[in-house]
Amino acid sequence: MTPWTFFLEHRAEILDATATHLTLVLIAMAFAIAIGVPLGMLIVHRPALRNLALGLASIFQTIPSLALFGFLIPIPFIGGIGRRTAIVALVLYALLPILRNTYVGLTGIDPAVLEAAEAMGMTQSQILWRVRLPLARAVILAGIRTATIITIGVATIAAAIGAGGLGTFIFRGVAMVSDAVILAGAIPAALLAIAADLLLGLLERRLKIS
Amino acid sequence: MHYDVPSLECGVSIEMNAKTAENTGPAIQFQDVTYSLNGGVPRTIVNDIRFSVACGQTLVLLGRSGSGKTTLLKLINSLLVPTAGQVIVRGRPTTDWDPIRLRRGIGYVIQDAGLFPHFTVAQNIALVPSLEKWDAARTAARVDELLSLVGLEPAEYCNRRPHQLSGGQRQRVGVARALAADPPILLMDEPFGALDPVTRAELQREFSALARRLGKTIVFVTHDLREALLLASRIILLQNGRIIADATPQEFPRIDHPEVRAFTASLAPLSGALA
Repeated sequence: MTPWTFFLEHRAEILDATATHLTLVLIAMAFAIAIGVPLGMLIVHRPALRNLALGLASIFQTIPSLALFGFLIPIPFIGGIGRRTAIVALVLYALLPILRNTYVGLTGIDPAVLEAAEAMGMTQSQILWRVRLPLARAVILAGIRTATIITIGVATIAAAIGAGGLGTFIFRGVAMVSDAVILAGAIPAALLAIAADLLLGLLERRLKIS
Repeated sequence: MHYDVPSLECGVSIEMNAKTAENTGPAIQFQDVTYSLNGGVPRTIVNDIRFSVACGQTLVLLGRSGSGKTTLLKLINSLLVPTAGQVIVRGRPTTDWDPIRLRRGIGYVIQDAGLFPHFTVAQNIALVPSLEKWDAARTAARVDELLSLVGLEPAEYCNRRPHQLSGGQRQRVGVARALAADPPILLMDEPFGALDPVTRAELQREFSALARRLGKTIVFVTHDLREALLLASRIILLQNGRIIADATPQEFPRIDHPEVRAFTASLAPLSGALA
């Protein structure tokens, strides 16, 4: 059986898995952005919280993804088998690039611009919303782009805890020792990642300020 | 005559005068001000500074890098707070002012202009008016007026971004932005320091004329004696955080002090080459 014939015979199933996969990624990214960007804004002027938040996010990132999924299963409310646990793990994974880029973007601004803003009588919140955030948006988006690509890849492992998605084919293919089945999961996942990279890269260039 | 006490605070718009009419003293007063950094070893940046700036005066703070002149400037608009003593601005110690209100009444121009790269020229100039919630028509009229004042054609420049300007044009916009809400006091930190010598001379001449016309109280930081002699109604020379000399531009070169001689000597090679 060639990958191509397997693909044609199971195209409905693959398309379905792709949709599930994409849904997992989109939900996880929505949460990760909703947590990561405001948290990044919050830590600009709070060094103690900054070390804690960046430290924790780094630790999540170092846990091997399969292990992270495993660790979450027994935890009440967020754990268990299925989509919810997978999304929690994906959010924890996506957090670091978003948080770090938000922080770096907000703090890596020309000191002359910040000095002028303060000396002109802008409040810290005006400086954050009207100066730091607009100037940091391309860097923040770069973090979101990295996180999205990581999440699309890591989401294949979510199949191991019953969350479905393209990982289903990969795990099945490994069990069956069939390249065709593995590729039926791997190729669409790779294409999703490339598409996300291109799309967000395009947006990033549009947001960049000379 | 620079030391005359004026009857009204100068360079203030009508509505501001109504509130501060009773305030007729010097625009800025340093009363035994010391500023130290509290690192592992506390380091004193400026020490026991006492001087006052009369309304409408252009005071130049002259000194080498690290002499403490920028620190004095930042003490005026409360970007820094004195470790000891107090800075009195328009009759009130800076520590009694709401720093936001204080700064909106003080224009500030720095070496790299610090224009907002994501704003157009017009938006940059309209910064303080927008913070003060002026209406659109009044703001637009003021932006046009200021662009003309600093020698930039309003129609041509108002929609440009800072990266589309030359260094000299950026600095002109920086001056316009500082003047936007008509503040009575203007602080300038080596505003022409990063420009090429020809543009610098051009801006110095124009600014010197502009300053006389506006009647603002100006505190101007520089390490360039030529610039100081051109712009100042009074020069204060700083060395290691202390005042070495306080004189008019006419008196200054005649002061007998090694640091003054070092500064006047910095002019000599040029006059030699031109002779």
